[in-house]
Amino acid sequence: MASRDDIKFLNNPNIGQQRKKYCRFKKYGIKYIDYKDPDFLLQFINEQGKLLPRRITGNSLKYQRKVAQAVKRARHLAMLPYVADLLK
Amino acid sequence: MRNYEITFLIDPVLPKEEIATIPDTYLDLMKGANCKIVHADRLGLKQLAYPINKRTTAIYHCVEFQTDDSAIIDKMELAMRRDERIMRFLTVKLDKYGVQYNADKRAGKIPRKREEPKAEVPVERASAPTQASSSSKQEEE
Repeated sequence: MASRDDIKFLNNPNIGQQRKKYCRFKKYGIKYIDYKDPDFLLQFINEQGKLLPRRITGNSLKYQRKVAQAVKRARHLAMLPYVADLLK
Repeated sequence: MRNYEITFLIDPVLPKEEIATIPDTYLDLMKGANCKIVHADRLGLKQLAYPINKRTTAIYHCVEFQTDDSAIIDKMELAMRRDERIMRFLTVKLDKYGVQYNADKRAGKIPRKREEPKAEVPVERASAPTQASSSSKQEEE
């Protein structure tokens, strides 16, 4: 009997698979999100300066709330823009 | 004892001596009200993300302090609101992780430019801890 390893596929079967999303804060044990670090927060906003949804960043709800809070604080202190074009 | 952190922006269009004395006046105000100053940091002149009062830069200061009496925060904020030299301020209560983070930052444990792997990082590479992966990235470069 041929096992699954013996079967040769014409196309790579792994290509269409979605990579599992994960929360980077949980994974790396980051407990505090600094609102004074705009370079770090830049990863969680799009080029218009809007917050990216969890379905894109993969953050857990707990840390998404903290990210949102930190971004809003950074905006107040003019470290991040409220409105922008071509931020990245 | 609770830990707080107050960040404020000073107008850069002022005489140098005045800019230097503004943080001290607020530190004195805090010390006079029985606050324990953990750390006072001058983050320096920075470009603003949007203009405030027709200024495009400001001098950032950040003070971490401990106090039992939260009434001092109202006093501080009132004083800052009345002070035209302060463009913005923000007071934040720090949780234990925030205190730890600030202590680590002062000890230099947190690199200045944080290298966080992007969401698209392959799984086997991402299983390494943050610092190890960031250092290996630098080696590759």
